[in-house]
Formats: sequence, structure tokens, C-alpha cells
Amino acid sequence: MCLAIPGKVLEIDNSVQPAMGKVSFGGIQKRVCLEWIPDVVVDDYVIVHVGFAISKMNEEEAQETLKLIEQMEGGLEELKADEPRDETRKQM
Amino acid sequence: MRYIDEYRSEAAAKRMATRIRQVTTHPWTLMEICGGQTYTIVKYGLEELLPDEITLVHGPGCPVCVTPLELIDKAIVIASTPGVIFTSFGDMLRVPGSSKDLLTVKAEGGDVRMVYSPLDAVKIAQSCPEKRVVFFGVGFETTAPANAMAVWQAKRLGLKNFSVLCSHVLVPPAIEALLSSPTNRVQGFLAAGHVCTVMGYEEYIPLALRYQTPIVVTGFEPVDILQGVYMTVRQLEEGRVEVENQYARSVRREGNVPARKLMAEVFQTTNRNWRGIGEIPNSGYALSPEYADYDAEKIFSVEGIKTRESEECIAGQVLQGLKKPHQCPAFGTGCTPEHPLGAPMVSSEGACAAYYHFGRFRLGRTSAPEVVVT
Repeated sequence: MCLAIPGKVLEIDNSVQPAMGKVSFGGIQKRVCLEWIPDVVVDDYVIVHVGFAISKMNEEEAQETLKLIEQMEGGLEELKADEPRDETRKQM
Repeated sequence: MRYIDEYRSEAAAKRMATRIRQVTTHPWTLMEICGGQTYTIVKYGLEELLPDEITLVHGPGCPVCVTPLELIDKAIVIASTPGVIFTSFGDMLRVPGSSKDLLTVKAEGGDVRMVYSPLDAVKIAQSCPEKRVVFFGVGFETTAPANAMAVWQAKRLGLKNFSVLCSHVLVPPAIEALLSSPTNRVQGFLAAGHVCTVMGYEEYIPLALRYQTPIVVTGFEPVDILQGVYMTVRQLEEGRVEVENQYARSVRREGNVPARKLMAEVFQTTNRNWRGIGEIPNSGYALSPEYADYDAEKIFSVEGIKTRESEECIAGQVLQGLKKPHQCPAFGTGCTPEHPLGAPMVSSEGACAAYYHFGRFRLGRTSAPEVVVT
């Protein structure tokens, strides 16, 4: 039930309460509540659950995860030297 | 789709799995909390990629599965009341109550409607002022703010014909109940990424420290889950105990502050009965006194309904990670998705349904040769 999927914000309507908008999920468009993403702008990606955007996708972090995995081709020693987990630990 | 396909890459998953094998030297038992994660693990056969030392047990994070039978019975009484439009997410409609399910109420003439969002239920209440509209408000912290918004909106609009049958459950008290149980065998947790998207992960830090158990906030795609496993195993192997965040593209430490603010206004914590597990203190949300006029349990006087659980279904043990679904004598025979005995066989996120649909119980180390599904 906690299924939530990323979609691209196409339109924002702040004139209604709660704030609503149009979000595209791979071409399928839905009206979504954007009230909890106050800094949302068109073209942002948001994570949507039961018609509500609950988070704005952090592009930098998304790329970081993929980059870490890309780097995993190397050996174990190299990984230890990288200490990639610091990237996530620093957020605590 | 962007932000999904990249995390389903076979090459990345294999790379991650290789790394897990390289760092694993001891046997470890990890639990993924969320039913959505269980679904991914079983669908993609991720356990087959892991070294034999690592056991994944499936947690209680399927709201359909942990909703107590008596709440389903209350829903059925309300939905059968003339003049009521009963609205719900689709997956609650097929959960068996003690005599029938909500779809049967619909077949018998009840006005039971599936909605995509709680705000759709509010719209129905606006357009049908002569009817009483009830929304079945179940779910974890991910769903709770959406239901809070529906109640808040109904109050703002002055709707007198809208109410919620509210039974929200919370993850951290369930983790604590599992960790403090004498039968616990879980050594590390993959926390639920979308619950933490809403709530953040600060409340997990004292839990991890108190029980000396690593917790890694984890996403839902195969590569996310393998990376969550890798991060947890590394902590265990290195003797570290931390709360780490694998799903940083969605989860911030403080969660979604405006959503949490609304929840704090509309809800208050309460003790909740978890199906198959029992009562856990302060493990759920109920409507706060300010919003008591929207409480369907009070409006329809169903608070007194008490129901005992079936003894045939071992859902409680499955939800606590003590047994795998195929170890149930009724699995695939007396209990199937078409004729479920318990909720984990109903929801696609239920461990029993996932095992049934993807046939994982017939493979490798989870094999159970005595169980054959035709």
C-alpha cells in the first residue's frame, strides 16, 4: 500500500487549497496534490502516493547512488579506500 | 520510466550482489519491513543472488495484512448500512472478515466504491449530500497524511456526511516489538523508504542504538534493495550500528515537514491491535478529539464489535519473520489468493501472495518439496 512512484510535474495550481498540479507518469497524466512540496516547480520529479506528492526527487542523490554502483567494478580494497558510505552517513 | 529503470538494471544488480558476497563472512538474518520491498525481493528472485549466509525475513509492513479482523467486520457493518457509500483502496475489498468481505457486501447491493485517493472520497461526499460517505483509512505513515488531508478538507468544507474508519499503524513501535521479543532473530533492518520519506529517520536512531541493530532506510527497486542489504551487512561485518539512508533520492532526515505537521493536527497516537501480532502500545494513529466528529466508529456505534482471529492461519508468525509462507500447512491448498484464509494471501504486498504468485517456494534454499501448486 505504500507504493509511490516518481512522476514529472507538468502544471502547478496554487489558487486552490490544497495546492494541486498535473503530473506525468511515463505519459499517463494525473491530478496530484502538491501541498506538501512548497518549493516545487514545473519539470521537477516528485514521488506520488495515493494522489499526493510526498517528496521531491533529489537528482544529485539519485546520481550519487548510481555512480557508487558504477564504481563497484573494482576490487574490495578499492571500495574500502573509497568509503562510499560516508556519503549517506553524513546525513544523519 | 526515469528514476525507476536505472534501479532495475541487471548489470547494477549483479555488481551489487557480487559486492555483498565479497563482504559477507558470517550468517546474518535481515528483515525488510515493507510489503512493497517483499514484493520486489520475491518478484525478482533477489534471494537467489545473495550468499547462503544471508537470510531475508519478511516484515509486518503490509497494512492490509496487519489490519485486525474486527476492523474488517466493523467496515462490513458500516458498508451494509442503508444510505452509506463506503469507499476504500482496492486491496482492502477482498480481505475476508469473519463472515464475508467488502466485495460481497457490494454484490449484495451495498454501495462500496474503490477510490484512488482519499480526496476522491471527499468529492463523493460533496456530490452526494443525501448519503453518508465513509472512507476506510488504513495504512502506515506513508498513507496517513493523505487521509489526514481528507479529514482536514472535509472539516474546512463543512461536510457533515463524511467520516473515516481510521486504523493507521506505525513502523517504529512494530520494530521495537519485534526486537524486544524473546523469539527475535532479526539482526538488521531494511527500513521502509516511503514511510521514512514522510517521517524522516530520526526516531530510528535510538532504536538502532538501544537494540544494537543496524537500520538502513531502503528503496523499492531491485538495486535499491541489494544496496540496502549490502549497507546493512557491511555494518554487521564491521561491528558498526548506525542508521544509514540508502534511499537518499527521496528521504530527508526530517521527512516531509508540512505533511507531518498536518498529521500532528489531525491524529493522536493510540494503542493498536496488529493482526496476528497483538496489541502494541502507541503503535497507531486515531483521530484527535478536535476531529472526533469524523470518526466512523463513533458515528456508526461499531466500537463494541470484537472478533477472534482464525487459528488455522499462521499470518502472525509470517508477519514476525518466524515462518516463511510456504511453511504454513494451508499454503496453496486451503489458502490461495482466490480463497484466502488470511490477509497476507490477499494483498499483492502480502508475503503469502507474493510467494504464491512467483513460485519462489519451489526454488533453491526456500524449497518446500511437499508443497505443489497446480
